[in-house]
Amino acid sequence: MYLHEYQSKQLLGAYGMPLPAGRIAHSAQEAVEVARALGGASWMVKAQVHAGARGKAGGVQCANSSAEVERMARALIGSHLVTQQTGTQGLPVGTVLVETPCVAVRELYLSLTIDRRSERVMVMAAAGGGMEIEQRAHDTPDTIHTVTADPVAGLQAEQCRTLAVSLHLADKQSAQFTQILLALYRLFVEKDAALIEINPLVVTDAGDLLALDAKIVLDDNALYRQTELAALRDVTQEDARESAARGFGLNYITLDGNIACMVNGAGLAMATMDLIKLHGGEPANFLDVGGGTTADKVAEAFKLILSDKKVRAILVNIFGGIVRCDLIAEGIIKAVSEVGITLPVVVRLEGNNAERARELLHDSRLKIITADGLTDAAVKAVASSKLQVAR
Amino acid sequence: MSILVDKNTRVICQGFTGKQGTFHSEQAIAYGTRMAGGVTPGKGGATHLGLPVFNSVRDAVRETQADASMIYVPAPYAADAILEAADAGIKVIVCITEGIPVLDMLKVKATLQNYPQARLIGPNCPGVITPGACKIGIMPGAIHKPGRVGIVSRSGTLTYEAVHQTTQNGLGQSTCVGIGGDPIHGMNFIDCLALFEQDTQTEGIILVGEIGGTAEEEAAEYISRYVSKPVVSYIAGLTAPAGKRMGHAGAIISGGSGTAQGKIAALERAGVTIVHSPAEMGTGMLEQLKCCKPHEHHS
Repeated sequence: MYLHEYQSKQLLGAYGMPLPAGRIAHSAQEAVEVARALGGASWMVKAQVHAGARGKAGGVQCANSSAEVERMARALIGSHLVTQQTGTQGLPVGTVLVETPCVAVRELYLSLTIDRRSERVMVMAAAGGGMEIEQRAHDTPDTIHTVTADPVAGLQAEQCRTLAVSLHLADKQSAQFTQILLALYRLFVEKDAALIEINPLVVTDAGDLLALDAKIVLDDNALYRQTELAALRDVTQEDARESAARGFGLNYITLDGNIACMVNGAGLAMATMDLIKLHGGEPANFLDVGGGTTADKVAEAFKLILSDKKVRAILVNIFGGIVRCDLIAEGIIKAVSEVGITLPVVVRLEGNNAERARELLHDSRLKIITADGLTDAAVKAVASSKLQVAR
Repeated sequence: MSILVDKNTRVICQGFTGKQGTFHSEQAIAYGTRMAGGVTPGKGGATHLGLPVFNSVRDAVRETQADASMIYVPAPYAADAILEAADAGIKVIVCITEGIPVLDMLKVKATLQNYPQARLIGPNCPGVITPGACKIGIMPGAIHKPGRVGIVSRSGTLTYEAVHQTTQNGLGQSTCVGIGGDPIHGMNFIDCLALFEQDTQTEGIILVGEIGGTAEEEAAEYISRYVSKPVVSYIAGLTAPAGKRMGHAGAIISGGSGTAQGKIAALERAGVTIVHSPAEMGTGMLEQLKCCKPHEHHS
């Protein structure tokens, strides 16, 4: 789960991270009030969306008067911000963060994440902030310094000092850096983070370290024990269908194509998307209905699929292992007749009681096309989608 | 022969009296797995499914000489259950549970280094099965057939596809291991490849991978050096968008790494036969074993 910049900063502040003075506003008027309260002659106005690359997209601006704060906040709040990371629709801006600007003499990059290879929390640090760390790891890996923390012993001060030396920090900053990094590690572990990224961490003209921007991602599996943080979820930043799906225990991701799929199991769901593509179609979504599929879940899944107006055909691909295929077939029949589906539905059921399931589907007199095997299912789904488009 | 589990493996179930534990223990017993009992703290001394219930894995091991455990306890308690099994001397720990916090798994993996006897399979996996001998997990037993192919996979349902196809074409399976869809998990591809390479029953290996991480790339490196048996691989997620978690916690392309394209290229370089359709895992393996079937050599 993603946190907004301002939510991340609140959390970081609670762990002692030095931050610019600032507050959020939900309206232009409120933004002006925040600016007045902060004082000074200029302010940063930052759109709060779950995406990076905001600066280039006009989502981070510097105002030199309260009139400018008012104008910028008015333009941003209620708009959709399109950045390189959002897709063409952009993300809605409901909140801006108004902050006191700072004079940075140096920019650094700092992040904590889970490293799958070492199976530890990894700290990455680099001189020069702002840019995409992935690109940099690819282009100039030598400029990125890393240490990993022993999961039992935790991150050690000595490891922080090693990084500080690599970053050529002055003595005063080095001590500050160690203190900050140890606190960040504590935050990571205590709050079940999956990523903490400070980009950039700056050295101010006074020689102090300050987190100018911050991004925190939480481990979804651990939200059950982070209830306060789980409450910070901003559903306006998420795809509406994806959030609705989560409510029904379904795993859904919107894609660009026009052949919807409904599959049990994440791997098979991905493979079904690939198979559609392999046979000349484009998948409209990823949808894993899970192992213990029920008729109700199938009905909800169909509703979700139909809410995507670009869908021209539906491919249901279920490998009934423990679940009986005939029960799933009954669920499909019920859903197709109750939800009133007019699009072609191609069904491939394999496994436990598959024969009986095929008979049920055949006898239902509904517009259900039964498929014999994976390839046949994909071929039929692609063919019927093209037929629909032709109409 | 087979790997990891066989007809002599004595299995207990942690979370035995719960809904999942009960259902899948019944299925395991029906399949012929040597179930020796189960563990539910506080219910020790009771009998469930005709088998003894123990308060701890330690008690269960002492009384039943169990050497494998299948874990169905809920995610908040699963890490503890894995370490309890390791500490009690269990050799094959199969954790089916989905949704364990990743930081819990980091601690589990670090701690397991103190228990060299213990092999962890999963979490978030279908389990392990040696057809006709021992089923530990949630896979449908009926689709399996004892035979020649070893299967290792990050995905449950894709394992079933590979099993179904190799049963249909008569090859059958030596052992199938679902290593799970989480980013931090127990046995990896390489651990299983090493065992399959040593196993006399296994003639060919199907490796089913997916986007996220670098396990397939590492497996490719290992195969090119140490695996002489034919390997057929299918990698899911060619059409998966970057930055999205595709169902499994570990299935995510981040910062251009973990793509299906990259994994396929690495495996191809290692001499692995790539099938581009999940429907072709069985036929791909059949072709490989036809051309280099050991007992077809001129005598």
